[in-house]
Amino acid sequence: MKRLSLLLLGGLAIMAVAACGGKKPETTPAPAGPNADSIAQAEKERADSAARAQAEADRRAKEEAERRQRIADSLAAMGRSTDAVKTLLATLIHFDFDKSIIRGGDAAILDQKVSILQANPGLRIRISGHCDERGSDEYNLALGNRRATAAKQYLVSHGIDAGRIETASYGEERPLDPAHNEEAWAKNRRDETEILAGGDALKQP
Amino acid sequence: MKTTRRLDGWTARRATLLAVLLAVYPSSRLVAQDTSAVDRGVRIGLTYRPGVRPGMVVLPGRGPVLDSVRAIVARDLDYSDRFELITLPGGDSLRASVVAPPSTPTTRGGGAAAAGGLNYPLYQALGADFAVTIAPTPGDSQVVTVHDVASGGVRREFRVRLPALTDPGFRMAVHRVSDRAIEAALGVGGMAATRVLFVMEGKVYAIDQDGADQRLVSSSDHSAMSPSWAADGRRFAYMEFWEGHGRLFIQDVASGKRTAAATSGQALDFTPAFSPDGKTLAFSRATEEGTDLYTVNIKDGCCLQRLTVGRFYDNLSPTYSPDGQRIAFVSTRAGLPQIYAMAADGTDQQLLAPFDYGATGSSNAPEWSPDGQSVAFHRDVGGTLQVFVLDVRTRAVRQLTSVGRNEDPTWAPDSRHMAFVSDRSGYRQLWIIDLETGRIRPLLQKSGARLPAWSPRLPETASSTP
Repeated sequence: MKRLSLLLLGGLAIMAVAACGGKKPETTPAPAGPNADSIAQAEKERADSAARAQAEADRRAKEEAERRQRIADSLAAMGRSTDAVKTLLATLIHFDFDKSIIRGGDAAILDQKVSILQANPGLRIRISGHCDERGSDEYNLALGNRRATAAKQYLVSHGIDAGRIETASYGEERPLDPAHNEEAWAKNRRDETEILAGGDALKQP
Repeated sequence: MKTTRRLDGWTARRATLLAVLLAVYPSSRLVAQDTSAVDRGVRIGLTYRPGVRPGMVVLPGRGPVLDSVRAIVARDLDYSDRFELITLPGGDSLRASVVAPPSTPTTRGGGAAAAGGLNYPLYQALGADFAVTIAPTPGDSQVVTVHDVASGGVRREFRVRLPALTDPGFRMAVHRVSDRAIEAALGVGGMAATRVLFVMEGKVYAIDQDGADQRLVSSSDHSAMSPSWAADGRRFAYMEFWEGHGRLFIQDVASGKRTAAATSGQALDFTPAFSPDGKTLAFSRATEEGTDLYTVNIKDGCCLQRLTVGRFYDNLSPTYSPDGQRIAFVSTRAGLPQIYAMAADGTDQQLLAPFDYGATGSSNAPEWSPDGQSVAFHRDVGGTLQVFVLDVRTRAVRQLTSVGRNEDPTWAPDSRHMAFVSDRSGYRQLWIIDLETGRIRPLLQKSGARLPAWSPRLPETASSTP
């Protein structure tokens, strides 16, 4: 009796060792009842699938984010460009007292405006001439008009269509600096450039 | 008081010189200068000469309304610079004893006491040549009597119906009484019933010539410049900035309604000027060809006519001669702006105010005097502006001001007073100068008032507004 039970125990132990070997039974899989192997397999597959899905989702999200970033970047770049161009375009040019001749240094500023207008064919601008307070109030309207016209003629002579540029004069009515000294007067003798149309998205020249 | 102060500045030698000048040219138009200037060089000016001008006393009326009337009339007569205003010794206490009820006018030569009931010898002793009394009548009207004190009789008596003190037309009605009194005494037209338009902070205002009753007459979102009267005093024109363009408007004084002048609205139009017949508006138009003068028919907006063609120079600031035949204007054809004139149709253009090429400064803002004899303008003298007057017949140019910066002169209808902008007090404000006595007074003590335009004598219907 004792021997039998030892034998049985030994057999069981062998079986148990065999089972723990992890080898798939080659011929006769367990016909019934839950199979530990298949459960593990299923669970693994499920885990793998979830991971794949997660990875896929992550990848898509990343792609979406990247796409959005690209758009945002390009928009920002475009905005930076537009702002930069607007700043360039708005650069003032200045004049000597009672004169409407474009000064040498200011020709370079006008050259930039030429490039901007060439790079942005939809752009239309208005140039307004301004004066200091020393001259006569009404004469300064004529003088400011000459200053605006001088800048326009420069742009037109460099190939810009005259129809894209309006001129105006405010005489001494809109001083940038209200002080009564040469520094203020020099600031106030100027041409301003403003955008009338086509200024939403500007290309760098 | 002012008289005393000014007289203090005069030496006996100069007073003698003046007396000689007056004796030699007793009837000629007196030549006055800005007497608040520091005397320098050989410039000769005249100043107050008590005793030269007729003495005038305005006698007190009865009641608060007539007190106001008397105060306004006395100031108007003083500001006319044609009289030496006499203050009654002892203030107004003499009134009761000297003012008798008005009587029917009698011709001069009657008994002193009988004519008008005034104690003529008393006023003669006070130095009065004329006296004005204003008395109520049983009705709602007043009787104004201008006494010729020197010859002891009533010069003229007229009845007026003054509006209530609170009526917006009250002051102008009283100013009109002043002008009638001046006309009765001296046979000349006054300038009491007038208003001066000006620009302050982009808006158009009007003010009585005595500095009272300032009112806003035109205000929009657009800043305005260059107001200018029609000769009938019923309309005025001005310019407004519209999106870089200059548009001209004509405003009716009585109704306050304004209409856009028949110009394109797409150019920079400025400095409007009515022709004396009120049918044509002349103006400056700035384009890319420069600034040139145009005219347009006001009524139908037709017939835009270009008067100047200055491709490489500017023409601006037109002003008609009172006969409507000529237009004086500014042109830069010789470099700096100077004063030219042409026929009203643009022909016969010629220099009007002589200048030394290369030496004389810019000249601007011409205005033809109502009597046709003079054109006032301002000229750059040593970096600041001074008011000048051109004698149209002799082409002689005379500098009128020398203290501070003085600009944009505009004539009173009497052609002897002028309003202008000056910073002599430290900031730019409006002043009035009498060319014959040289007396200067502030019209408006507010900084920033500029571009004045003095009205003609205002018609009755246009008096309530502006």
